[in-house]
Amino acid sequence: MANTKIVSLSGDDVRFKKTNAVENSAKILLTLCALVAVAAVICISAYMIISGIPALLQVNPLEILFGTVWAPTAAEPSFGIAFVILTSIVGTAFAVLLGVPVGVLTAVFLAELAPAKVAAVVRPAVELLAGIPSVIYGLLGMVILNPLMYKLELFVFKGSTTHQYTGGANMISAVLVLAIMILPTVISVSETSIRAVPKEYRSGSLALGGSKIQTIFRVVLPTAKSGIMTAVVLGVGRAIGEAMAITLVSGSSVNLPLPFNAVRFLTTAIVSEMGYASGLHRQVLFTIGLVLFVFIMIINTVLLKVSSAAVKEK
Amino acid sequence: MGAQQTLYREYWKGRYEMAVRSSEGTLANKDSIFHKKKRSGEVGIQALIWISAAFSVALLVGIILYIFVHGIAMVTPEFLTTVTSSIKQTVGIAGNIVNTLYIIVITLLIATPIGIGSAIYLNEYAKPGKMVNLINFTTKTLSGIPSIIFGLFGYIFFGTTLNLGYSILTGALTLTLMILPLITSNTQEALKTVPDSYRQGALGMGATKWHMIRTILLPSAMPGIVTGVVLSIGRIVGESAALLFTAGSGYYLPKAGLGLLHKILESGGTLTIQLYLSMSKADYDVAYGIAVVLLVIVLLLNLSVKWIARMSRRAQEG
Repeated sequence: MANTKIVSLSGDDVRFKKTNAVENSAKILLTLCALVAVAAVICISAYMIISGIPALLQVNPLEILFGTVWAPTAAEPSFGIAFVILTSIVGTAFAVLLGVPVGVLTAVFLAELAPAKVAAVVRPAVELLAGIPSVIYGLLGMVILNPLMYKLELFVFKGSTTHQYTGGANMISAVLVLAIMILPTVISVSETSIRAVPKEYRSGSLALGGSKIQTIFRVVLPTAKSGIMTAVVLGVGRAIGEAMAITLVSGSSVNLPLPFNAVRFLTTAIVSEMGYASGLHRQVLFTIGLVLFVFIMIINTVLLKVSSAAVKEK
Repeated sequence: MGAQQTLYREYWKGRYEMAVRSSEGTLANKDSIFHKKKRSGEVGIQALIWISAAFSVALLVGIILYIFVHGIAMVTPEFLTTVTSSIKQTVGIAGNIVNTLYIIVITLLIATPIGIGSAIYLNEYAKPGKMVNLINFTTKTLSGIPSIIFGLFGYIFFGTTLNLGYSILTGALTLTLMILPLITSNTQEALKTVPDSYRQGALGMGATKWHMIRTILLPSAMPGIVTGVVLSIGRIVGESAALLFTAGSGYYLPKAGLGLLHKILESGGTLTIQLYLSMSKADYDVAYGIAVVLLVIVLLLNLSVKWIARMSRRAQEG
């Protein structure tokens, strides 16, 4: 009672109290906004685990994770996803093996060698490549790469009686599409880290008689190592998580990840079967989602380690 | 000049000539610091570097040309303004264009305030510590999660648990989580570039913190925020995996009046989803047509990001 009396004595105090309320509620609201990201990550993790576990409990987890027969709609269904997991790992590895060298060399070009006018063409081109929707990459993979692969397939397996023809929708096509899709990420992250190398390092190397190329490969790139590692890990994350671009390009059956086999990745299995799956089949698809999520979480952790190492070096 | 010195010079001259003779007259040329040693391996590496860079450009030009050559004939006013119907004998993507707009608007309406608020909290209020580390960590994690996982989560959580089913709202809520990190990080970057003197000036004149943020910081950070929003639009337009099982694939136009509102709860496939469905049905003409429309949108968004950057630079300099 006494308090309110004092406040009401002076109009200024009332206003002060009101602004204080605005200030406080602003702070609370902003804090809540910031917590949305935390809540989202917790929710996503929880839901991925909750929906991915049941299938593992219903069928023997070893049978699912290490089984090689994928026949979810057969009379006696079998849910082995070993080949699917293997395909994602092998496909990502080869996409990174192809994409990273080209990407890093392009980054070297942009940061070290390119005349200003040429860089002014290449850099926007890379940015635009990053912005092209993944379904368009998929469309082009389907109408350009697949027919090419089919020709190659006919040539390689001429006379073979055991080979199952895929019409060109195979592992190689998918890997090529993935390699192209990780290029922009690798290029832009590597370029940033190459640019962060102090100028004195280059001057020093050049003054000692090193050529430009020697300077780049013996001094600049080793110094930018952790930044380039970040680029590689980001590329891995992008490749393993890509779905729509490779769903129709990679074929439609689960097989060992051999170059000319039709294959299914973790992502493409979900995309192409979720539409019609029901019961246990659907639950196993969520298990596939969980496996993918675990991979992504591992990659994220590695990424944080690598990029914090990059910060420390500076 | 003493005899000793002359002798000395003669001696070195002799040694030098001997050396030149032993290397058959090539020493003076080859090891001169004015002469660049030719390293044949380096030419090869240099060529590889140029080829790599040319590859990206060739790829982009190739993609754009190929899509336009195959799809431009498809993009007629009728294609853009009608809905595919076997009764009326029309093939069109008007419904998908409207769906895409719906999803962009609703997603941004939800995500932009949250993203900006989160950035303001992190930059202006939070003190370094466990809380900030946790938020930064989760924001990074969120940006590393692939869209198919968002799609699965949206399908179970918004679609099934919250019972929104296949609808534009489900899709928009899913995409909100996806673009949140993009808006947060762009706003944070923009806030960091606002000089501290602005803050001190406003606070020193007696402004409260929130008043200072509202009237000084946000307007100064506006170009960065708008860039984040435009980038998000690009992300939404290009997204497909996160929408397939959340927004569904409806392609009808909303009905007039209340139907415009009710559309939010109906299924609606965006351009990318329709492109995917067309190509899985081997309906390549429509697929190329949609691809042309998507490429044009992506190009325009890219140009507008550049334009905003140029304008804000000019404003800073001027």
